[in-house]
Amino acid sequence: MEQFDIVIIGSGPAGLAAALEIEQSGLKQIIIERENRAGGILKQCIHDGFGLHRFKKRLTGPEYAELFLKRVIEKKIPIYKNTFVTEIIEMENKSYRLTLVNSEKSLFEIEAKALILANGCRERTAKQVFIQGTRPAGVYTAGTAQYFTNILGYLPCKKCVILGSGDIGLIMARRLTLEGAKVVGVYEVKDTPSGLSRNIAQCLDDFDIPLYLSKTVTKIHGDKRVEAVTVQKVDLNLNQIPGTEEIIACDGLILSVGLVPENELAKSLGVELDTHTKGPMVNQSLMTSKEGIFSCGNALHVHDLVDFVSESAEIAAKGGIRFVQNKGEEELIHVEFDEKSFLYIVPQKINLLDIEENIHFYFRSKKVLKNVSVVIRTGDTIIFKKFYHNMKPPEMETISVNLKNVLQNKEICFELKEGVST
Amino acid sequence: MKKMICIVCPKGCEMQVDVNDGISVVTGNACIRGKEFAINEILHPMRTFQSTVKTIFPELPMIPIKTDDVVPKEYLFQIIEEIAGIEIKDKLKCGDIIIQNILGTSVNIVSTVDMYLYF
Repeated sequence: MEQFDIVIIGSGPAGLAAALEIEQSGLKQIIIERENRAGGILKQCIHDGFGLHRFKKRLTGPEYAELFLKRVIEKKIPIYKNTFVTEIIEMENKSYRLTLVNSEKSLFEIEAKALILANGCRERTAKQVFIQGTRPAGVYTAGTAQYFTNILGYLPCKKCVILGSGDIGLIMARRLTLEGAKVVGVYEVKDTPSGLSRNIAQCLDDFDIPLYLSKTVTKIHGDKRVEAVTVQKVDLNLNQIPGTEEIIACDGLILSVGLVPENELAKSLGVELDTHTKGPMVNQSLMTSKEGIFSCGNALHVHDLVDFVSESAEIAAKGGIRFVQNKGEEELIHVEFDEKSFLYIVPQKINLLDIEENIHFYFRSKKVLKNVSVVIRTGDTIIFKKFYHNMKPPEMETISVNLKNVLQNKEICFELKEGVST
Repeated sequence: MKKMICIVCPKGCEMQVDVNDGISVVTGNACIRGKEFAINEILHPMRTFQSTVKTIFPELPMIPIKTDDVVPKEYLFQIIEEIAGIEIKDKLKCGDIIIQNILGTSVNIVSTVDMYLYF
């Protein structure tokens, strides 16, 4: 059985960035990829706007992926493509045994000292948002519609309704319109859009596609193919308002109703999950509750920008390298936060024995806020403060703080204060 | 006065342009790129364009393409017509030109994928 220091699961932007970081350490690694091409979801994200933070350029998804993939190929970092992980078992010697399957080697096993879960996220489906009615053809998640359009070259529908104002839904509204389909409208159950403002502007407004807030799809009509959907207004508690039903003829319903970290493997390993992010609980090295198992990118929490996916992968890779070279001790404290203000904060835990370097925190606000300050408090002392003109749940914020010699009573708490905090 | 969302970066600044005596005053922008975008948006809105074109290779039936610079917003549907019949018969690298000077804009349609990585 082949032994590796680190095994990376997934060759999307997270997996590739992690691999390049590990390569510099000289440790033995392999990437496992279930598809026949590396690059993950970026392969089908043909629009631009990727890499503005990291490369100061407007790259398309395939271009961003290629910058990493080319270097991975140059460095001869091995990738098992068309390969699935069927099982991971923790061994007595604290290493992990992975059962893999592909058409070349059939079922086979490998062993790893550390694992990096870089296996991305999944789209929520119609079943998960409880739409009533039949199950005809023509109901697609935005990612599936994107795969049909951009990878296979098939137009998934001619006249569609998009449910949910997530970024992929907005991007697909523009894409389908350019390809000749009619997008009747984007319906969002909440009273604020979930996607980035720029995508509302450049994907909907540019093409006169209407966005309806506080409205949702409540029924799908059609036998073999979608023939219409019922849309309905909802109140502020998201309850449907009777008498506001409207039937809209269409041959497709595209769902952009949220993404959830893919954590089947993490769960099978007994990794502790965060109910806010739906991904693993991690410390600042992005190590999960299981020693030697790291999580990054959209598998950890759903990002809106790929630049931070790559960044988190590099943090996880550095953590993995340190773990393999010198298993450190842990003394963990929880990062407390005001649940009324924040949707989540990652990392959820701080290892007090490893706070030499700056810690990157990633967080989202719970609602749209103007003129607020993020305050990090330990005991009665404020150790960090940053003012934001605007804070919106779709836009992940990131701050970097050095906690060396400042944590009192082993406590750290994130708070949001209105106005410029004193 | 015109209100707009900046599309240059993900920050999405809410900007306002006031034109007084032919001079545009931009407010709400966090950087110089926002100001440039806002003034262009008043004078002549420009957009980037991305799509896909067919290939003869079954391993990669479609490849992603883009314009290598911004084009007038009103040209987007004409460009999609122009590229509709294209079939890529050679393996291209990222940045290789597929159509030069599309619709006289001096902007080129280029591949955004290195096809050699996939064979």
